[in-house]
Amino acid sequence: MSIISVNSLSFRYSYSDRYILKDISFSIGEKEFVLLAGASGCGKTTLARALVGLIPQFYEGEYSGEVRILGMNPATTPISKITAQVGFLFQNPENQIFMTTVERDIAFSLEFRGFSREEMKERVAWAMEIMGISHLALKRIEELSGGEKQKVALAGILALKPKILILDEPTAYLSPMSARELMGMLKRLNRELGITILLIDHRLDLAVEAAQRILVMKEGKLYIDLPIKEAFRQNLSKEYGVNVPTLIKILDVIRRQGFSLDPPPLTIEEFINLIKKGRTI
Amino acid sequence: MIVVENLYFTYAPQGDYVLKNINLEIGEGELIAIMGDNGAGKTTLVKHFNGLLKPTLGRVYVDDVDTRDVPISELSRKVGMIFQYPEKMFFSERVWDEVAFALRNFGYDEASINRLVQKILNIFWLWKYRDSSPFILSGGEQRRLAIASVLVWNPKYVVMDEPTAGQDAVQREILLQIINMMVSQGKTVILVTHDVEFVAEIRPRVILMSNGEVVYDGEATRLFRNPGILESAGLTQPILFKLESRLRDQGLIEGGFNTIDEAAKKIISLLGDERL
Repeated sequence: MSIISVNSLSFRYSYSDRYILKDISFSIGEKEFVLLAGASGCGKTTLARALVGLIPQFYEGEYSGEVRILGMNPATTPISKITAQVGFLFQNPENQIFMTTVERDIAFSLEFRGFSREEMKERVAWAMEIMGISHLALKRIEELSGGEKQKVALAGILALKPKILILDEPTAYLSPMSARELMGMLKRLNRELGITILLIDHRLDLAVEAAQRILVMKEGKLYIDLPIKEAFRQNLSKEYGVNVPTLIKILDVIRRQGFSLDPPPLTIEEFINLIKKGRTI
Repeated sequence: MIVVENLYFTYAPQGDYVLKNINLEIGEGELIAIMGDNGAGKTTLVKHFNGLLKPTLGRVYVDDVDTRDVPISELSRKVGMIFQYPEKMFFSERVWDEVAFALRNFGYDEASINRLVQKILNIFWLWKYRDSSPFILSGGEQRRLAIASVLVWNPKYVVMDEPTAGQDAVQREILLQIINMMVSQGKTVILVTHDVEFVAEIRPRVILMSNGEVVYDGEATRLFRNPGILESAGLTQPILFKLESRLRDQGLIEGGFNTIDEAAKKIISLLGDERL
């Protein structure tokens, strides 16, 4: 059963005559973890905006095609109704944090949705616990590191208990450790809580360990929609400007020499097993 | 040369030091990566190079001039700084004016401004946007514009704060070329970054910071073979070096490799003749 479906979606912003999305179609099923990749300017962010209704409701332009998310039509459903069930996290946590302390910031998203005080307290505590930031509850936002801020932003979204999370390059400004930690967190939210995740990223080294399927866009079109491993049978970096993981770069060189290692390894362990297998054949 | 001597810095008079006893010499034409976790003090350190911050204790000299004795405007001519969020830096309505701004400030005549702006916009593939607003550019183009509007006045030292953050494969490739170009022109290029994979590609001298202190200063390769120091500073080992140590642990290889090509070669030598 798909909970996101996009049918022949095309869009251009009203200030430009260039179409940013060109006849995009795909669907995402419940509990999937899907990675959306592609070079800067390929339309990833625009597509995400269309899923939550920011396009065409907030950003105006030429819009055609059909989108459904949890049965709602984002072109006509109030955005607040969509974001009650679909969490949306931006690249830079600074843009998403409003309040002075961690606890208050996380509660912020609940405040104007009319939850009782009890329910709010419970949800905030739950979200902090899941994100492992309960100890930060009373800290002031400006005392936090970038990684911590991103966790607070994500906790604020989780407090709404969304069915779907859409994340736009959430690790772009994080240190490698924080990025790894955040990615592990997303994997858990998906596997343990069953939250459907659409992760937009063009740095794939971490994301490939968590996601199951990859969509690759180029110049407004959707070119690839495959299980992750299958996608790496081709050279994504050259064709689509995607930052492929170092292991895949090594694999590409090996393949160019006429050797085959298949399926493409996503972790060092998988790589080593493949090499061992290659030796015994 | 930039010389840092016993530098301590605190934002608040009674506060903790965010930089502690830093001693460095950065020579002309060097390519340097200042690495470390968020909050390690990287950006605070480089703000001392163009006088944005002055030492609480100790001294910073740029070409033998004590940064406390000269205004920022004078130091900026020598030390160009490209900050992390380019979109927050722009204030002009046209790309051309954005690039020309500093030159006007420095009092260049109009003819020189025209010549320099045209040249730099061409080098950075931005000429076609000269009359556009900086805000309609893509993220990668904005990053290039930010670099162009600093390089236009030809500073001797160039500091780039997290240049790869949010950049795709194409932009990273372009960035590599720009860095190589600057180094070949004899500029000193200082990158502030925690992108270990990028640093593994360019192999600069690495100054690693943790909690306001320099904990390593030397060759990138040697550092990347030392996961202990890296992790204590909040960084991770680049995949290439992780793979190398795992292959060695398993007794599959002796020695090591320094590049993706060398790794591929080594792995091919392990495989039977599986050629298609």
